[in-house]
Amino acid sequence: MSAEISNDDPDVEVPEVSRRGFLSTTAAGGVAAGVLPSSLAAGRADASAGRAAPSGGQSSALSVTVNGRRHQVTVDNRTSLLDLLRERLALTGTKKGCDQGACGACTVLVDDRRVNACLTLAVRCEGAEVTTIEGLAAQDGERDGELHALQRAFIEQDAFQCGYCTPGQIMSGVACIREGHTGSREEIREWMSGNICRCGCYVKIVNAVEQAARGGRD
Amino acid sequence: MTRQTRPAAGTPLSRVDGRLKVTGQAAYAAEHDAHGAVRGVAHGVIVTSTVGRGRITGIDTRAAAGQRGVLKVISHVNAPELPYRPWRGVPDPARGERLRVFQDDRVRFFGQPVAVVVAETLEIAWHAASLVRVSYDAGRPATDLASPAGEPNESENYTRGNVDQALRQAHVRLDRTYRLQREHHNPMETHATIARWDGDRLTVWDKTQIVLNTRAGLAADFGIPEASVRVISPFVGGAFGSALRCWPHVTIAALAAREVRRPVKVALTRKQMYTGTGFRPVTEYKITLGADQRGRLTATVHDIRAETSTYEDYREGLGDVGRMTHATPNVRLTYRTVPLDINTPTWMRGPGPATAAYAIESAMDELAYELGMDPIELRMRNEPDRDPSTGVPFSTRRLRECFRVGSRTVGWDRRNPRPRTNRDGNWLIGTGVAVATYHTARAAAQALARLHADGTATVQCGTSDMGPGTYTSMTQVAADAIGLQVPRVRFQLGDSSMPPSPPHGGSMTMASVGSAVQDTCDKLRRQAIALAVQDPRSPLHGTTPDDVTVANGRLHLRDNPARGETYQQLLARNNRTYLEARGGYTPGDEVERFSTHAYGAVFAQVAVDEHLGLVRVRQVHGVYDAGRIINPKLADSQAIGGMVGGIGMALLEHTITDPRDGRIVNANMADYLVPTNADIPNVSAIYLGGDDRTADPIGVKGLGEVVIVGVAPAIANAVFHATGRRVRDLPITIESLLGG
Repeated sequence: MSAEISNDDPDVEVPEVSRRGFLSTTAAGGVAAGVLPSSLAAGRADASAGRAAPSGGQSSALSVTVNGRRHQVTVDNRTSLLDLLRERLALTGTKKGCDQGACGACTVLVDDRRVNACLTLAVRCEGAEVTTIEGLAAQDGERDGELHALQRAFIEQDAFQCGYCTPGQIMSGVACIREGHTGSREEIREWMSGNICRCGCYVKIVNAVEQAARGGRD
Repeated sequence: MTRQTRPAAGTPLSRVDGRLKVTGQAAYAAEHDAHGAVRGVAHGVIVTSTVGRGRITGIDTRAAAGQRGVLKVISHVNAPELPYRPWRGVPDPARGERLRVFQDDRVRFFGQPVAVVVAETLEIAWHAASLVRVSYDAGRPATDLASPAGEPNESENYTRGNVDQALRQAHVRLDRTYRLQREHHNPMETHATIARWDGDRLTVWDKTQIVLNTRAGLAADFGIPEASVRVISPFVGGAFGSALRCWPHVTIAALAAREVRRPVKVALTRKQMYTGTGFRPVTEYKITLGADQRGRLTATVHDIRAETSTYEDYREGLGDVGRMTHATPNVRLTYRTVPLDINTPTWMRGPGPATAAYAIESAMDELAYELGMDPIELRMRNEPDRDPSTGVPFSTRRLRECFRVGSRTVGWDRRNPRPRTNRDGNWLIGTGVAVATYHTARAAAQALARLHADGTATVQCGTSDMGPGTYTSMTQVAADAIGLQVPRVRFQLGDSSMPPSPPHGGSMTMASVGSAVQDTCDKLRRQAIALAVQDPRSPLHGTTPDDVTVANGRLHLRDNPARGETYQQLLARNNRTYLEARGGYTPGDEVERFSTHAYGAVFAQVAVDEHLGLVRVRQVHGVYDAGRIINPKLADSQAIGGMVGGIGMALLEHTITDPRDGRIVNANMADYLVPTNADIPNVSAIYLGGDDRTADPIGVKGLGEVVIVGVAPAIANAVFHATGRRVRDLPITIESLLGG
């Protein structure tokens, strides 16, 4: 669990540490062992193992909340939010489809707004609250694991095939519903057009967004 | 055989892997490190050529190698000679040789891998890759069919009857040329491979539609036994053919991992996908139709030219449609490929028929206008009773019914056939139709099934699920054959250690793997029944196996359901932790004795802005005869998806090459246009259903390909109906509808 520490104080100062130093102090942590499935925890520990510091002081300390968990990490300044999620935090639900902001597969919510994580530098997310597909299902008590209404609708409407654009579609759809852009099928189509689905599931994506907008919990 | 009710197949079950996909937990190729399967992964970034033809005269890697965190820069200068044992994979072209990575200084196309930078992090690898300086002795590449890089390859020829005589006597003769531009699959997941060596054993996590092909390819490249390679690919984020072959980057990942003695992940960028995998080739299709007064085709001539690379002769089923779709006594067909300085084209959804049907079904529409005949009626007058190319009977062919059902649904009878007669403000409205056909391919497959003591079952086959729902449909077939409810059956795929499967492509998975799964699970059920009837302590002791059926995990006499026991009881009493069966499917001579195809009637309605030339699809409706439908919900998605792909083919998709250096100028998802949600209003499909047991033991005819075939010509024909303008080049763009 090298990419995460348990200090939740947003004002905590992160001293300038080298990546190697940072790793050596946290590699044995295993903070998440009791929280995450062991395979994920192992993956996270692994995701940063053996990393080298970028050359020439090109790293920054970053404090960002992802799916309600605070992460304090030192990132290479070149790191996109997408690569931070996928390569550092082992949150691979957010997908890399084009890495150029053209396909929407990497859509996440940053402070409740949908953004392309591939076009967002991680360091810009200082203090931000990021919600990814992994944080959408209920994570509390008796409803733990209960899917978001739009996730359920995607399954019921069969709004995906290969599943690769799906997390981005769902995050976009959640925002689309919150934004109130679901007045008609045409409006949904328009406001969901930043997310490409190459399997061609658009008709059913609209069905799913419509279903969730109509009845589901947000 | 014991009779068995099969309640799961045919029901619109939601995807069994749906939860994994909507929660982001499904592990795609580049994600297996994050999922904990492989540790200590380094990142490889490929450097590609910036000339389209020539030789590398120098590679300066000093700046790149000097970056902190860079492990190695590998190019032909320092790469080891790889064995590249002679090998031709099932999806490989019949002639030519795969591109060998870093084995010489030749550049065969723009975007060819020339080096790989391996570093601790992706950011470092990226930056270092940008610092690699490659110099070339470059020539101008040939990238256009009109000016090839060499002599055309040997043509494929087919003739029946006397074409010239028939054309001389034809009442109507039509000569046309249609062109299709290059198209890229652009699956949403970019191709990626993680490779790890353990001594001389290699494990790769790869995006592939056929794990066995990647295994065989890597074994050949590195000169090691296939048994030393394991390929794992549980989820494929779309492919449509792009993940059939063992591409250069797969070998690069394995080579890099061996060189740096660490697992290495190589993920292609979207841009690299355009030259690192394949594409649907540029094709020019000249067609001549001869018909009598009543609209019966008397002769057709098909002269086809398509692009290929200089190092491989890629061919697809471009001649299939011309040989067999419409009854024609006299046919001549020539199919040539032209070598260009490009990477090799490959299978893309509906390979061959999707392109050929555009030409043939457009020409049929033109012929209908020449004859003053309804385009559906013209096709009905040319419906064959037997396969015109072989003379053998069809297993099933219900194209007439497809048109009947579709005509009724879209109200075809109300159509005024005259072009430019229907408008909605500035929008000219038109409708068009086309025939879709695709050969039902079948190939040998095997499966393994285990019934566990807790009454659940696991079934395996090393096939793939790039989106159609293999996990789900196989679970349904297995559940029915074993006699369990769906939630108690787990189907596993995507691992080369599982029983072998043919490629997950060509619409053959359900027929081949589905039949293998059914055979295997039937064997497993019969094994359990045999155990029960021979067991003195079983309530079924001494009964006839054929009288026993299994439902909901309970074996019982069909005529006396009260007499029986559960799988759990049977296994527990016999101290068995599991029962296991292996089975399979091998196509028989029915493949030769019958002509087996999936069919479809495709209807399109478009609106064309009279002044701006904008084309908007208003409706696409397909009616398909694809045999038995195992899961109507998933089949519906697949059909709609195929039609959406067809809309892209008709109106948007076009890979553009700069002829000066061979660079693809729109190698990204902003400039290579694919349909977005706003482009897709009303797309729907109907399956006639049915059950073609002549085709294969489970009665299916394949879905994935036929649903893209025919869409582009239906739209092109609708554009003509709307505007009176015939566009014979795909995609149909604004420019092609303006001016002149």
